[in-house]
Order: sequence, then C-alpha cells, then structure tokens
Amino acid sequence: MDAGVSSRSMQNIAAFEDAARAIVSAEYVRTASVGDAVRGVQPRLVVEPGSAQELAKILKLANDAALAVIPRGGGTKLAWGNPPQRADIVLSTARLNAVLEYTWSDLTVTVEAGCTIKQLRETLAQIGQRLALDPLWPSPATVGGVLSTNDSGALRLRFGSLRDLIIGVTLALPDGTLAKSGGKVVKNVAGYDLPKLATGALGTLGIITSATFRLHPLPQETCTISCLARDVREAQRLVLAVQNSKLAHSALQIRFVESMQPQIDVLFEATQAGLTAQVEQLKLILAPSAVIDPGSAVWNARQELYSAAKDNESGSTLAKISVLPARIAEAFEILSAPAANRTRCNAVMQATGLGSVHLEGTPAALADVLKTLRAKLEAMGGSVMIAHPPSAMPALDAWGDPGDALPLMRAVKQQFDPKSTLNPGRFVGGI
Amino acid sequence: MDARIVQELRAIVGPRGLITSAEELHTYECDALTNFRVMPLGVLLPESTEQVQSILRVCHRERIPFVARGAGTGLSGGALPVENGIVISLTRMNRILEIDLPNARVVAEPGVVNLDITGRVSPQEYFYAPDPSSQSVCSIGGNVAENSGGAHCLKYGFTTTHVLGLEVVLPDGTLVHLGGKSLDAPGYDLAGVFVGSEGTLGIATKVILRIVKRPECVHTLLAAFPSTNEAGAAVSDIIAAGMLPAAIEMMDNLAIQAAEAAVHANYPDCGALLLVELDGPVAEVQYLMTHVNEICRKNGAWEIRVAQSEAERALVWKGRKAAFAAMGRISPNYIVQDGVIPRTALPQVMSEIDRLSKEAGVRVANVFHAGDGNLHPLVLYDRRIAGQEAAAEALSYKILEICIAAGGSITGEHGVGEDKKRAMSKMFSEPDLQTMQRVRCAFDPLQLSNPTKLFPTPRLCGEKPGKYVAHPLETAGIAERF
Repeated sequence: MDAGVSSRSMQNIAAFEDAARAIVSAEYVRTASVGDAVRGVQPRLVVEPGSAQELAKILKLANDAALAVIPRGGGTKLAWGNPPQRADIVLSTARLNAVLEYTWSDLTVTVEAGCTIKQLRETLAQIGQRLALDPLWPSPATVGGVLSTNDSGALRLRFGSLRDLIIGVTLALPDGTLAKSGGKVVKNVAGYDLPKLATGALGTLGIITSATFRLHPLPQETCTISCLARDVREAQRLVLAVQNSKLAHSALQIRFVESMQPQIDVLFEATQAGLTAQVEQLKLILAPSAVIDPGSAVWNARQELYSAAKDNESGSTLAKISVLPARIAEAFEILSAPAANRTRCNAVMQATGLGSVHLEGTPAALADVLKTLRAKLEAMGGSVMIAHPPSAMPALDAWGDPGDALPLMRAVKQQFDPKSTLNPGRFVGGI
Repeated sequence: MDARIVQELRAIVGPRGLITSAEELHTYECDALTNFRVMPLGVLLPESTEQVQSILRVCHRERIPFVARGAGTGLSGGALPVENGIVISLTRMNRILEIDLPNARVVAEPGVVNLDITGRVSPQEYFYAPDPSSQSVCSIGGNVAENSGGAHCLKYGFTTTHVLGLEVVLPDGTLVHLGGKSLDAPGYDLAGVFVGSEGTLGIATKVILRIVKRPECVHTLLAAFPSTNEAGAAVSDIIAAGMLPAAIEMMDNLAIQAAEAAVHANYPDCGALLLVELDGPVAEVQYLMTHVNEICRKNGAWEIRVAQSEAERALVWKGRKAAFAAMGRISPNYIVQDGVIPRTALPQVMSEIDRLSKEAGVRVANVFHAGDGNLHPLVLYDRRIAGQEAAAEALSYKILEICIAAGGSITGEHGVGEDKKRAMSKMFSEPDLQTMQRVRCAFDPLQLSNPTKLFPTPRLCGEKPGKYVAHPLETAGIAERF
C-alpha cells in the first residue's frame, strides 16, 4: 500500500469515526484492539449499532468512505474463511440481541442477528420448542454468525440445515438498503429466496439484522445407542444399513479416534413407546456389534474437534469435509493414509456425508495432507473447507473450488456489494 | 420472427423440434391459468442441454425473450408466453439419468413427471416427497421453477428441500452447475435461489434430487366437525401437543359437497372435515394417533375414521385430491386462490372471508393445508351472469389482502407468475423488491428469461448515471420507466 492511499484511508477513518458517533452514541464506537484482528489483519474501529437502522447507516457510511467492513456476531468463527484483503471497521451485532416475535402456536420465531443461540434456546424451551439445529459454541455464537457460516451439527440428518429452517431474513446492504425477504409463515413462495442466499454467504452480500425460523417441538424422550465397528468399512456398512431402514432416528455419526475402532452413534427422539420399539430394531441391525448406551455426551464430539483446533492454532487445523454418504469410508482412508506418518487425525462423520476432521502436525505437514485430501475429495465431487489453520501454515484457500458457477457468484456479489466493502477476499474465489 | 432466425433455430432442434403454425401454437398460449393468453412466436422442443444452450445463445444475440415450459399445469401464469417471445418446452428432456439408492439421490432431466420418480424408486421403498396435486402430470422442471409444495410438505418440506443441485443454462447460453450431489458445496447457495425463481433466472437442464425412505407405516384420520372453527382449534391443539403430522388438510362444507358429487368419497356431511396423516414407526404412530383422536373428540368431532390400509387411505384422500376439479359439479366457473396465513389466524381469516363472500354474493369453498396455514379458497361464479366474474376476481384479490394483513403470504405454492405480480407490492416494499431483482440482474442482465413475470416493475440492470439509454425491454414495449 503506498503512502498516498494510506493517508487518504486515515482521513476517511477519522471522518467516518466522527460521523459514526453521530449515528450511534460515542461509547459504541471504539478503537479496535489486537483481540479484534481477523486472521492476522488488524481493523481500526469497532462499532456496535443499537438497531437495524443504525447498522444500515453505519454500513453505508463505511461503504461511501471506501472502508472495509467485517461483520461480527459472537466472533467464534472469525478464523473461518480467508484472511481479509482489507479490514477497517468491525461491525458488531452484539446489541441487536432481542427475540422480536415468538409466535409459539405458529411454531415460528423472529430474532435479531446478535441474539445468541443459547439465549434463543432458553426462550424457546420455556414453551417446549426448539430451533432444531446444534451449531458450535451455542453460548457465544449468534444467530447471524451461525447463519453466515451455515453451521450445522448432527441433527441436520433429520431436520435439515439452516436453509431448511430459515423462512425470512432482513438484510442491510452496503448502500444502506434494509431489505426483507421471505416472511413469517412456513410456506411461502413469493419472490426470490434471499434467506437461502444469505445463509452461508459469510456476510459478503449484506449483514443479516434479523431472521425468522420455523421451529420444532422439543422431543419427549431421547436415547443414544452406540456400537463399535471392526473397521472403517464395517462402520460404513452399518451406517448405510441404518439409513436404509425405516427407523426415524434424528442423528447418526461415526467417530474415528486415532487408531481405535470406529464408533457409531445413533440418536432417537420420540415418545417412550416409539423409542422402545426402535431401539430393539436398531439392535438387530447393529448385531453382533457390541451395543452400548454412552449417554448424550457423544454428540459433543464435533464441537470438541473444533475447539481443539481453535485452542491450538500453532499445530493443528480443522477440515470440514463433504462427501457422498456412501463414500465416508473411502474419504477416511484417504485421510488416514498420508496422515498416518506425519499428522494425527480425529474425525466425526455424519451420515449426511459431512464430517469434521481435526489434524495435528507441523504446519507444512498439515498443508500437504490438506492439499492431497482436497484434490481427492473434489475429484469425488466433494469438498474440503479449512478452518482455524495455524498462522504459519503455507497459505491454502479456505474453501476450495467453487466450480463453474464462480463467475455467476461474482456477478451476484457485484450486484449486492459492488465496492467489495463486506469481508473483502474472505469468501470463495477471492470474493 | 425473422426467417433467418427461424432457420437457425430449426437447425438446432430439427424440423420436429420447432412449432410455428398458428393452430399448433394455440396449445402453448396459456398454462393452467387460462384467463391470460399470449401467442408465442414459436415453440422449441429441445432434446439436450446443448440444444438449450444453442437456443439461448440465439435468443441472447437477437434479444428474443423466452419462457421455459414444463407440463403447463402451473396456476399462476408462470409459463404464459411473453409478447414477441418464444416458448421452450422441456417435455422431451424426460430421462431419469441416475438412481443412486445408497446415497438416496436421483438425477433427472426437467421434463420427467414428478410421480415417475417415485415410480422408479418405490420397489426399493423410497419415494420423492414433494407431492403437488398435479403430480401425475407435472414436471420436475416446473416444480423447480415454482418450488412446488403439496399436502405432505408440512413434514417433508418443499421442492427446495429436496433439490441438492442443478445444471442450469443461463440466459446467455452459459452452462453452470449449482450445488451438487454432496452437501454444502463451496460458495453461495445459488441452487437455493434458483428453486422458486419461476423461470426468471435461466433454464434447469438437470436436477439432483433427494429421495426419502418410506416410513414403516402411514395412518390417516378423518374427523367430522360442526364447523371450521372447531376443526381449526383441533389443528392448533395437535401442533401445541408437539406433534408434526405428515399432513393436516381441511375442507369446509361446500368443498365436501363438491367432492362428494364428483368422486363419492363417502365423506360425512359436516361443517368441516379434518384429515390428519401420521407416518413413521408403528409404535410411535399408534401412540400419537390415539392422542390425535382424543384432541379431535375434545374439540367436537362427532365422527372419526382411521384408515390404516393403503386402500382405505386412498379413499380418504380421493375427495381431497379431487377437490379443485370437483368444483365444476357445483359451479360453472371458479378461481383457485393460494394464500398463506399464520395458522393461529385461521378462525379470524375464515370469518372474514365468509363475511366478504356474503357481502359480494359470491360463494367460496375452502380447501386447505391447515397444518401450514396454506389456504386454497375456491371462488365460485358463473361467467354467464353479468358482473359475476368481476365480483369473483375482486373477492379473490381481497382474500390475498386479508392474508397479507394477517402476516401471511400471497402464495404458498402456486407462485406469483403473471397473476400476482401486482400483489407483490402489497407484501414487499420497493427496496425489498429491488433487492430481489439484484439477483435477477446477476443471472439475466438483459432480462430475457420469462420477463414481465414475478415483479410488478422490472429493475433496469446496470443502470449507470449519465446519458439515458433506453433499455431493450422499454424499446420492446415490455417495461415502462416510472
């Protein structure tokens, strides 16, 4: 960056700061600290607007001043995506944390983006309902952050991901537009489905200020059944057998812990009557493998892998992998072959074909393993997303190949954020 | 159309793939919403993705607007031709390309009939869940365009829930792949945006679908209530009890009479019928069905039947599925409306519709997906009586206004198309609509793909400050600048 650009940018920041203080009160505009850095890039200011309207105004202000904006919720997944090309303003949704409208009898809720998953869960649980999603770190993670990263856990098998649960969204765009799409009813085909477009867009098209979700009842009873499989191939066979049965399980995963036998976990959520009958049927499918009841803690396995990667940012990383459900074993064999020598690997694979892989090793070894893994899985029609990589790891794109739709994705970005104000460079293909 | 262009298009699809004679074109002048009719310049029947690409390249070069068409069963005019445009019928692209049971995926061309997917995978006890009433004739491509629903989407979701990936020809002829067989492909969820875009973003030429394992059992309960109020209260209680039935359907007395006259489903003569279907493991379904039974009794149901065999179920559903067509038995003409309300607003909305119906002197029969609040009021009239058609149309539109006022939507599954584009401005503000159209500008900057549909006023893409240049749509007389 040459000196001319830099000094112009400093002037812009100073002018922006004054103008921002006229929109939100002065205490909510502060100088960014080292803790606000995003993958090694230091922003200058943190702004916490108190309403969607304020947020839209601040965003427009930054856009007009050609300042780059990093939207932030709970900040738990800022290490996902590529390092930003530029980072000037962190726009935090921390104060947009209200549950706006909870119509429990319609099984819908409208909630602001900064509301944490935990807070939302507690509100819904009072009426015996839930957002049927088990994202990472529910205490700090916010609705907006979880949506923008399209995070989902084991319950996805039965209830789908956020794209299947979100029914409405309000987005703030860089030009200051506040736009609604979708609605408050579960069935609605009026207009384009922008809730889906915003889901998983990593805040690169607009900032989600609120969202409406369809809800599900909390289960009456739950029960987890686990068994050990002889090897990876048997684990694959058992998972497909359960999937091909008429059981109505809510989650199904395989855990691979280093050199131990893979373990399969099945979650049932039902009435007591339904539960008893299904557990008996499941035992027939899994027999003669040992069947154990491990308790519900096994469903934290995915989060444990992510937390391990987050806590050890010098010598480990997390790969979110996606393959076809019938090729889980193959993917794991690819993963463990080169990894056996130079890296250690733990993984949880969901029956949906989505998996979380924690790899430990030197930065160079990790990069090698990830490159090989990505090349092979992409050739199988799958993908590898890298999260929480060591800063010393040779640079690898966080997302992998978006395929032939990349020019179209760029055109969409151009329409929503022509100046590349939002999270510049953090998404696929340099978007 | 210019003879040179006709020749070029004929060379792409062959002589059997191009229709230009006036009598044959009449078949394509409307879809199932027959009160709008436009004659296309020609109809093309491509047989491959490459042919679709070649056609769209010509359209792009010559600025010819096009409308993709599946089986033509749409109820909102989505496949209505546009002036000076062509129709591209996908009915000849009707192959199921791949059935992958271990991964529960099917890859199909757009012209495949919805029910044929289930037909192919039912021996292995799988099914394709979205079940619009027209499923025995409607096409997957049309389902993708409209994000079709059906009675069972309460539990299983809509077309969009079941579409994992798409091969799409963009309006300039470029081929792109959105989503894929594996989940969470890198990048924006453009497959999610494309589904339900009503043919305005391009043409899908392959669709990757998710299929579902058949549940262990399906039980269907039929309950007769004194009125829709009691039936509606029962629905609320079922949901409040934490159950998620596969379907909850309601019919009012007029709809029941029509269904009886048409197919003799042997329904009880009552104020409102509720049909509740539960599926899943036998022990679970039996337990919950007992509970549903109690809830219905408590809310005043005076007759309850439970169908357990496939034959019994078919009989229970027969009247419901035939309900729209049955209206012909009690009225010479009718308008099928499609609005959505929050389920809890049902009693209030029903009494409002009743009041307006009496005021206008126009009868309204009600058939609806009660579980998700999707109403299908059937506004009955006689075209031969002066003023009735206008009164029916006015009432039908007022019903939409009631739905919007109740916090609902102008369409739950039939789409906006030509029919409801003006109502879009009642449901969404101008900035909302302009934001949606940014997507359109990214996919189709020249607005050739089913232009004039969905939005009340088109956004002129790529507007730059400076000298005013007329947009092609303006010069073509399609758009006006406001």
